[in-house]
Amino acid sequence: MMAETTYSPGSVYTETVVWSPPEAYANDVPYQLAILDLDGGGKLTVRILGDRVQIGDRVTFAESRNGVPYYRKPAA
Amino acid sequence: MRPVAVVGIGKTAFGAFPDRDLRSLGVEAGLNCLKDAGVEPGRVEAFYLGNFAGPSFVGQNHLAPYIAGAMGITGVPATRFEAACASSGSAFFHAYSSVAAGLYDLVLVTGVEKMTSQPTPRVSEILAGAGDLAGEVKAGATFAALFAMVARRHMYQYGTTREQLAAVAVKNHANAAKNPYAHMRKVITLEQALKSKPVAEPLTLYDCSLVSDGAASVLLAPLERAAEFPGRPVVVAGMAQTSGPVALDQREDVTTFAAVKKAGEKVYRMAGMTPADIQFAELHDCFTIAEVIATEDLGFVKPGEGGPYVERGCTAIGGSRPVNPSGGLKAKGHPVGATGAGQIFDVVEQIRGQAGERQVKHHEVGLAQNLGGSGATAVVTILRAA
Repeated sequence: MMAETTYSPGSVYTETVVWSPPEAYANDVPYQLAILDLDGGGKLTVRILGDRVQIGDRVTFAESRNGVPYYRKPAA
Repeated sequence: MRPVAVVGIGKTAFGAFPDRDLRSLGVEAGLNCLKDAGVEPGRVEAFYLGNFAGPSFVGQNHLAPYIAGAMGITGVPATRFEAACASSGSAFFHAYSSVAAGLYDLVLVTGVEKMTSQPTPRVSEILAGAGDLAGEVKAGATFAALFAMVARRHMYQYGTTREQLAAVAVKNHANAAKNPYAHMRKVITLEQALKSKPVAEPLTLYDCSLVSDGAASVLLAPLERAAEFPGRPVVVAGMAQTSGPVALDQREDVTTFAAVKKAGEKVYRMAGMTPADIQFAELHDCFTIAEVIATEDLGFVKPGEGGPYVERGCTAIGGSRPVNPSGGLKAKGHPVGATGAGQIFDVVEQIRGQAGERQVKHHEVGLAQNLGGSGATAVVTILRAA
């Protein structure tokens, strides 16, 4: 899960919007977290930027912050 | 392997007890248990402690001899087991194994946790240590968030509804209201559950179990010696502990807990039973969705039917198969390390016919299911009247 090479596009397998955060993310609330089915195979837990996503939505890698991958819906 | 019986049970109330320390809770439960069995502490041959995070919650380490010694148990093996929320389920499993193997005759299991001395964000952080810190937790997942993602997927695949999840909370609160040991003895309505504040969508406050202090103990002995003790003997008919990946994203399907399924298959085989033989159960409802899935994984209903099952009232105390007549982790309380032993206490109390207002009608055979983390450890036990 550390290698940037795993950050391929994928689709949302499941998601949640977190309202009661761990201390470290108190300023981000509410934020969306998702588990993706990556196109290359395997699953990955990521943060979602921008528009909210639903199960089945396509998402692409946006950026990495402190080793956490952030994904978003591709621009229409 | 020889048959093993539970010959004593004891617990503390579950709740928030600012004036109680971890050791005093463990000692109270242990001594209540020994009193129930009519056994002097000096006769205990081994002590198995279930505790998740005493060192983080209260700073104390080396907890097993610390608590055993204060109970008057000394000179024997005293060992702590940690398996997240299944810590005392795991301690019970290993205690059972040692008695079944003939290593010891009288073994005391105690589960204890003292959680409420820390502020909620710190509690969340300590609990998150039972997840994958390098992956899901780093990305911002709390345990509520992990189970919320399980719930979302279950809803998507099977059409499980918010109302069905809330029905678990309403039922378990109603049961806990009749339980003098419960943390929250408050009946709630479906509307209250649905309208409470979001924690991690789709879960609200009432989908989550409680942060509690408390302890529970059980005493094990070979069945052949059960007649020496005053209580109605209860046999461990089947018992298994299994494991799986810690991280949620390492699983093919998050709508089922493979470790629970596997443990269930093992215990049914061991007991020579099928799910149809289970008359009532204490299931690990750390979040409402977890109880729904447990009824599916243990074969009470088919995958996807757990929501309608609770909604129809089948799992109420007066239903066809009561689930969590104690009030469950949801309302009885969830002092993490005490939960597994607490479930055994509750099942034994029912089998003995001593559950008062919560007594289920058919109480010869009961099952307890204890889950660690988001499913990396599962402990399942079938108990029956001897």
